[in-house]
Amino acid sequence: MAIDIITYVFIAGGCFFNLMAVIGLHRFPDFYTRLHAGTKCTTFGSILLIIAVLIQSISIWVVEGGSSPQSILSLHAFIALIAILVTNPTGAHAIARAGHRSGVKPVKAIVDDLEKEDNA
Amino acid sequence: MWVPAAIFLGVCVIVALVRVFLGPTTPDRIVGLDTINTIVVMIMVILGIAFKEVILIDVAIVYALLSFVTTLFIAKYIEKGKF
Amino acid sequence: MRFIVTSFIAFLAYLLLTTASGKVALWSSTEIIIGIVFALITGALFRNRFIGKNFRMLNPKRWFLLIVYLCGPFLWALAKANIEVVCLVITGKINPGILKISTGLENDLSITMLANSITLTPGTLSVEVSEENGDLYVHWINIKEEFLEKMPRDCKSVCGNFPDWIRRIAG
Repeated sequence: MAIDIITYVFIAGGCFFNLMAVIGLHRFPDFYTRLHAGTKCTTFGSILLIIAVLIQSISIWVVEGGSSPQSILSLHAFIALIAILVTNPTGAHAIARAGHRSGVKPVKAIVDDLEKEDNA
Repeated sequence: MWVPAAIFLGVCVIVALVRVFLGPTTPDRIVGLDTINTIVVMIMVILGIAFKEVILIDVAIVYALLSFVTTLFIAKYIEKGKF
Repeated sequence: MRFIVTSFIAFLAYLLLTTASGKVALWSSTEIIIGIVFALITGALFRNRFIGKNFRMLNPKRWFLLIVYLCGPFLWALAKANIEVVCLVITGKINPGILKISTGLENDLSITMLANSITLTPGTLSVEVSEENGDLYVHWINIKEEFLEKMPRDCKSVCGNFPDWIRRIAG
């Protein structure tokens, strides 16, 4: 019973961070700050949701024993989490570099070292 | 308890799709698309857990890797203007 | 040697994805045969790309340090970063800019790990890497005022003690 409550808390946290990522896409003014919201919050939300999956699987595993199909499900979910963790920041880095090279400048920036470097 | 979470994430995808349509520049649209990719992977994993189907989570892993390749290609496209 | 190591890692990944498919110690015999064939093809194709100049990442101590780093300081910094971004989403006060920091790391793998780490940690996002000396250009969402005065920016306040960890893992 307590395990169900902990799972609910983790699912609610994951959904909250994903919602904040999507709202941040609309509230921030330019593309770099939107990238902050869209990368960090979805990654952390994914981690929380997969932790909820693992907690639920471990509780079923303790009750029913090792060869239940739930353990295969949780193993594959963990591999999906690793794929997200490796690819998400790398993709964000590629988008940021491509955006800067295609000429989108940060809005309201107080300092831009890279621009000075290009002009010099 | 898993299906309401998947429906909630589906609503998040629709809200992010508004940014893809509105976005003033091309990189804005790609940021929205990248966010949608991650959320869709999570929806697939959650539905796989809810209906106890391993094949949905396998498809989610392949989708995550292929969407990464897609992001890299679009980034290369807007960097040079051509392939 | 490179061929053997690449094929073996590909075979391990295949076995991990097809766990509990049969009776021969969790795997079925057809899965094992197909896995060996595809692992040999993968090793022949990618043996020069997967492993760089030397075999230092095969040391299990580096893998242990990597797991400790991911579960300890990295996860804590990730949680702090998300709470900060959520506060910025709700309040809407931002103060952005692009800064140049010099990290002092040499090889490609450690610079990649540092760039990925500071993308996921508080308020920063790596934009561009200088190829020749390993400098990073970082977009910071909420710059502190006192940080702007010193011209060679110190990387201590951007990435904390991540370079020390990464030098121990991949250096």
